Amino acid sequence: MSVIDATVLPGPEAPIDKGGPNQPLLIVKDLKKHFPVRGGILGRNKVMVQAVDGVSFSVRKGETLGIVGESGCGKSTTARLIVGLIEKDAGEIIYDGEGLGDVLSLRDLRRGVQMVFQDSYASLNPRLTIEDSIAFGASVQGLSDPLGRAHSLMARVGLDPARFAQRYPHEISGGQRQRINIARALAMSPRLVVLDEAVSALDKSVEAQVLNLLADLRAELGLTYIFISHDLNVVRYISDRVLVMYLGEVVEVAPVDAIWARQAHPYSGSLFSAMPSMDPDTRTKKPPLTGDPPNPINPPSGCRFHTRCRYAEAVCKTRVPALQPIAAAPDHLAACHLHDLSSGHEKAGKEGLL
Amino acid sequence: MAIVDTAPPVTAAPAPAGTGYWSGVLSRMLRDPLTLVCLSVVLALVLSAIFAPWLGLADPFKGSMIQRLKPIGTPGHILGTDEQGRDMLARLVYGGRLTLFIGLMPVVLAFFIGGFLGIVAGYVGGLLNTLIMRTVDVFFAFPSVLLAIAISGALGAGIVNSLVSLTIVFIPPITRIAEAVTSGVRALDYIEAARASGAGTLTVIRVHVIGNVLSPIFVYATSLTSVCMILAAGLSFLGIGVRPPEPEWGLMLNTLRSAIYVNPWVSALPGLLIFVTSLCLNLLSDGVRSAMNVRD
Repeated sequence: MSVIDATVLPGPEAPIDKGGPNQPLLIVKDLKKHFPVRGGILGRNKVMVQAVDGVSFSVRKGETLGIVGESGCGKSTTARLIVGLIEKDAGEIIYDGEGLGDVLSLRDLRRGVQMVFQDSYASLNPRLTIEDSIAFGASVQGLSDPLGRAHSLMARVGLDPARFAQRYPHEISGGQRQRINIARALAMSPRLVVLDEAVSALDKSVEAQVLNLLADLRAELGLTYIFISHDLNVVRYISDRVLVMYLGEVVEVAPVDAIWARQAHPYSGSLFSAMPSMDPDTRTKKPPLTGDPPNPINPPSGCRFHTRCRYAEAVCKTRVPALQPIAAAPDHLAACHLHDLSSGHEKAGKEGLL
Repeated sequence: MAIVDTAPPVTAAPAPAGTGYWSGVLSRMLRDPLTLVCLSVVLALVLSAIFAPWLGLADPFKGSMIQRLKPIGTPGHILGTDEQGRDMLARLVYGGRLTLFIGLMPVVLAFFIGGFLGIVAGYVGGLLNTLIMRTVDVFFAFPSVLLAIAISGALGAGIVNSLVSLTIVFIPPITRIAEAVTSGVRALDYIEAARASGAGTLTVIRVHVIGNVLSPIFVYATSLTSVCMILAAGLSFLGIGVRPPEPEWGLMLNTLRSAIYVNPWVSALPGLLIFVTSLCLNLLSDGVRSAMNVRD
């Protein structure tokens, strides 16, 4: 807690823990977001893209939750819903025990939850100097000495304020810009930072530096991260738990080591086997998964993965599997009939399938 | 970092926020000879119009029956006299006051009104956007000249009325540009980031939107000034703009039209001035546009 505490007085500006250490920092319950798409003559036939459809998870204080999945599975929509950039259609967002909308206002939520975007250039105003960009949020929130905060945060993310404070975003490199974006997100002393593909656009060496910076900041400032990425190796490095999404739904949640050892959902299995192998003798020969994800406008009935799943049976087309703990471990959740003995799936409960 | 290599004066010194960009625009503009020439012509016209009473010119309203339609180069009347024997030079210089005023003022007004409407429509979106933009489209359905004539004709001749009609004519195109630029900027992540930090709509527009949409709108508006001047002169020419005996280039062109066989050069002078001014304004706005374009 070095840099921030040195410049900012405790008191109303320091984050107050309301729910205690056992209260998850964020609980998301049955979150839904459907985007209308117009079709037909004069846009009369409204159809809905089910971008996020009944997502539930919780994030414990101080942990990093990695969210993985294919493009278009609803990762970014989930992130934007959590930060309050788009309005949820249904469901609950509970931040430190307080529900958004009833006890917690959107403005208070934004004090505590901040976001870092993928495109480091588009997420900085090209007409503002770096110090002004970082200081903006703090001054909007009425925090003391926004420029001083900006300078100390710049130093903390490894950019000398004397050299960089007056520069414009186009005058610095991509890695430096992403450090600035991290500093900007931290300027309001948030407790939860949503990192939406925050390192995906960086080259590998810079990516490693920024990941280490994020890990250091988390330890120093007691932050909690939601880390969204399509790069499984990066997710493994930074996350404590991993959440796998498919077509707007959560299919599996597990501690990072558990899911690396054994994926409980067939989709997670395909996703992990799509990772390039480091060993030339065990190279991936068969495509782990074929075809594109189904259209989220009209998702498949029952289990949404049944159209591409090699274990699919009749029951998968009719019944939606619930997200529940698998038999082997209580903190390993999967939404698959294979793990539900009462599901009626012929192979349910048989070991060694996945 | 490429900027530092190509344009050392712009970024070398850590200038205070805001000035770096505009001093860069100015220095790039001053390096372009064509823009510089156009700028001096426009400046000369504007200054002569402003300081007309102190230039020692003849009275632009005082006619003389025996001095009518003197050719260019007549002693005492360097640019000749018009159909009522009034000094052409004085009338052209004084005429610049009205011509430039009703040529530029509508664009300035339309810049503020259209810019405001466009930014609001582009940022808020949804129903408000539909409401504003479809209303603007109604005005777009008419050719601008026809619309100006129709409104001026309905309101009657006069400076204020032509000001109003020309402003109405120029609001739609500026609104449309402002809306397009703003909705482009609105989709960018830094607007999302600003909203995520808890800033209200007005703060986001003031800090993050205006700075990034103003220069394209401004450049587009400057390119409209020449059109506006021609339209204003056209209204006066048709008799629904400035009333005689006020000197105004379009009106002078109209009244001297009948003398075109008697003294073609003098008759052509107001037209020549309209032509030169609008050409220079056009080239100047092109120059400003390219000077502003050099960013990353």
